Amino acid sequence: MSRIIVVTSGKGGVGKTTTTSNLGAALAKQNRSVALIDADFGLRNLDLLLGLEERVVYTALDVLAGECRLAQALVKDKRLKGLVLLPAAQNRNKEAVRPEQMQKIATALAKGYDYILIDCPAGIELGFRNAISAAQEALIVTTPEVAAVRDADRVIGLLEAEGVNKISLIVNRVKPHMVEENKMMSVEDVLELLGVPLIGVVPDDEKVIESTNRGEPLVLGEHESTPAIAYTNIARRLEGEKVPFLDLLANQGNILSRLRKIFGG
Amino acid sequence: MLFPWNNNANSKDCAKSRLKLIIAHDRASINSDMLMAMREEILDVVARYVEVDREEMEFSLSNDQRMTSLTANLPIRQIKRLGELQKQLQENNGIDLQKIEVVEIDRNEDNAKSNPK
Ligand SMILES: Nc1ncnc2c1ncn2[C@@H]1O[C@H](COP(=O)(O)OP(=O)(O)O)[C@@H](O)[C@H]1O
Ligand SMILES: [Mg+2]
Repeated sequence: MSRIIVVTSGKGGVGKTTTTSNLGAALAKQNRSVALIDADFGLRNLDLLLGLEERVVYTALDVLAGECRLAQALVKDKRLKGLVLLPAAQNRNKEAVRPEQMQKIATALAKGYDYILIDCPAGIELGFRNAISAAQEALIVTTPEVAAVRDADRVIGLLEAEGVNKISLIVNRVKPHMVEENKMMSVEDVLELLGVPLIGVVPDDEKVIESTNRGEPLVLGEHESTPAIAYTNIARRLEGEKVPFLDLLANQGNILSRLRKIFGG
Repeated sequence: MLFPWNNNANSKDCAKSRLKLIIAHDRASINSDMLMAMREEILDVVARYVEVDREEMEFSLSNDQRMTSLTANLPIRQIKRLGELQKQLQENNGIDLQKIEVVEIDRNEDNAKSNPK
């Protein structure tokens, strides 16, 4: 049974595309076959984060227009067996696709892959409708900030109204030292507000940006990093494994804030 | 306080309390049509038994976790007499008291379950 999962958030720039690329790579590393759909028509960048931009020939729109077969449009990741990308068109606008068409593509892909991950555009208009139309499950990405959490709540409401009830939350760009000093909402705070189950916590980390520079998902990097472990753990949880959440402060050696705590600061 | 720099207003609590309000408001306003319709229906039923002060009444949704609760504050002007009520009920075939079921909201499942008698 394959799973069609949309990665969405409402707000832009919170980490949907970063999450989609890393989760795709992590699942493929765990020997799953994964098709990633870039549903951000007009502003595609999933190909860039995966480092596959040079190999894009056809896009989802060409498939829909009958200009190529679905299999021809899929870009295979040479580093990882089982990972493919269906690129979005860059030069045409979001209005070019309708929900039924996206559904067709996703269901066709579901026949050949264990996971279909759909990278959703920001907003709640047609692009969003397209991206969620085929989804059976959703991963909500948010950051511990007011605007992102508010938008996440709206999107959860919209998904529920559409009958997508299997919804899990990823809290991205957590800054542990800020949380410790009560300058940022904690993961627990966000969970309490949104009321959907947690599937992952990803720290704010410069390595995320470095990996996008290279076009190489973190989970493929030579060196293990906290965000890479966080993404791998999300993939394992998707697979049904019980994996404890990372203690993000553990390897930070945050002595000063520890001291403050001890002295009742 | 030993470390004064730790004493600036706690912005995390600020974020959280603002979000609580705004999220409750968002969740309620998305369903404003439904809320209006429900208000009218509830008032219709209540009005059969008591006279409600429509000017003073309050009807609101509030939020806690993913549980939304409906608070209706309906000041009663006058309670109808029993005789009047029974006569009204006889005339009104629309309501059959025997058939009214108790509806319970399941906190976890988030869906309504009816209690069989
Ligand atoms: N955990 C993280 N730590 C640091 N930077 C991040 C993290 N997650 C995302 N970013 C950065 O945030 C920006 C937006 O991320 P992106 O995945 O493109 O968001 P979206 O797809 O939701 O618009 C990018 O520059 C990305 O590198
Ligand atoms: Mg994106």
